[in-house]
Amino acid sequence: MSLTRLVGLIRRSGRIAEPAPAIPDGHPGRPTALAGSVQIRHVDAGSCNGCEIEVGGAFGPVYDAERYGARLVASPRHADVVLVTGVVTHNMLEPLRRTVEATPRPRLVLAVGDCARNCGAFKGGYGVAGAVHDVVDVDLEVPGCPPEPSAIVEALRRVTGR
Amino acid sequence: MSAGAAVVTVGQAAVLVALSPLLVGVMRQVRARLEGRAGAGVLQPWRDLRKLLGKEPLTADGVSWISVAGPLVLVASSLLLCALTPVLGTATLDRVPNDLFVVVAALLIGTVALALVGLDAGTAFGGMGSSRHMTIAALVEPTVLVSVYALSIPVGSSVLSQIVEARLDHPATIWSPVSLLALLGLAIAIVAETARLPIDNPSTHLEVTMVHEAMVLESSGRDLAWLELGSWLRLGALLGLLATLLAPWGVATEVTALGLAVAVGALALKLALIGSLLATVEVFLAKVRLFRVPELLAGSFVLAFLAVTASYLVAS
Repeated sequence: MSLTRLVGLIRRSGRIAEPAPAIPDGHPGRPTALAGSVQIRHVDAGSCNGCEIEVGGAFGPVYDAERYGARLVASPRHADVVLVTGVVTHNMLEPLRRTVEATPRPRLVLAVGDCARNCGAFKGGYGVAGAVHDVVDVDLEVPGCPPEPSAIVEALRRVTGR
Repeated sequence: MSAGAAVVTVGQAAVLVALSPLLVGVMRQVRARLEGRAGAGVLQPWRDLRKLLGKEPLTADGVSWISVAGPLVLVASSLLLCALTPVLGTATLDRVPNDLFVVVAALLIGTVALALVGLDAGTAFGGMGSSRHMTIAALVEPTVLVSVYALSIPVGSSVLSQIVEARLDHPATIWSPVSLLALLGLAIAIVAETARLPIDNPSTHLEVTMVHEAMVLESSGRDLAWLELGSWLRLGALLGLLATLLAPWGVATEVTALGLAVAVGALALKLALIGSLLATVEVFLAKVRLFRVPELLAGSFVLAFLAVTASYLVAS
């Protein structure tokens, strides 16, 4: 894209982010150390990629989860929240456990989507080891198949408190 | 004079510690607004730091004391760099002059500490990041030295304070071809040194393309907080140096309370302007291929070298 077209695009689109909804109630077990700043490591434990599109949407310009202090990071060592999508497959069982162990405390595990909560459509599949709560302790859940970006943003805001 | 110099030196470190996270916040905010997002606010880097300092540091298996000492060495060298950069006043301590070579040495200590932290955990990405970081550092440090050296030739001293004083006395020299060439070379070197686009992408999640981020992948908690603060301080000090050389007005030549207050205000304004400009330019840039980086940095070295040659020709 040429420079002038990009300048025109920036000028025409202006602010894409929608107005922020009211602050949801805080999560009861929310560690106060995480107030205002939450780094998130996303783990796809065996998802169909439907939830990934919605997670991408939550951090896109329209829902803009970053304005509430939530940010996706590249390493579990930098993270406070492990966001897990999909059923836990046999191959992802150990990587998921290790990712949560590699996250420094205080940490939370957020299970996003019906598959992560109770295996959803893939219950009883031959490659499925179980739901996320069968493998690691889950602190927060977001229902939906797939959940809307606004629901994911709301769950994150319950942690950041912004 | 010595007490005044101490105030200026400590003040520069303290003010840059306060302003550098805000500078990073402003740069992220400008980028967010240009992308149509609302942005997390300019205070977000401070919130991140506060949170990281309160977390338990987890380390990988088999790491040595380098992983704990490295971040502290980086912060200490960055603080020294901030204290020695004449962004507030030109008074200098007698024993520790802010000589060009001292400043570049302080910069290199931090660079090496960061590279060792990247190597310590023994991961593939950390080693890759350190190797790239040292490659870039080897190309950048000579450019920083040579470009500021070009500015020091007309002044006859490599002490940064005297260069800034000379530019305050003769503002016409700022727009001389020698000065512009040297500052352009210095600007490219600073962008590379502080791991900004187009050399490195500070917000990347793709490990294969990382330089700075790859080195800190295994750090957590307060170790990560020190690494982040150290890198932000380097950004603040180097951009502050560039802004001071480009627009020296506001820097206090005499140590008075009013003069220092004006200098702090001027520095905040200059950093906000140069940070916003850099963030705006970054929106239009993509990261260049790693193999093209030496070409870009060789170009900046040529600019700095031309500035040195030209300054000798002009002088004779």
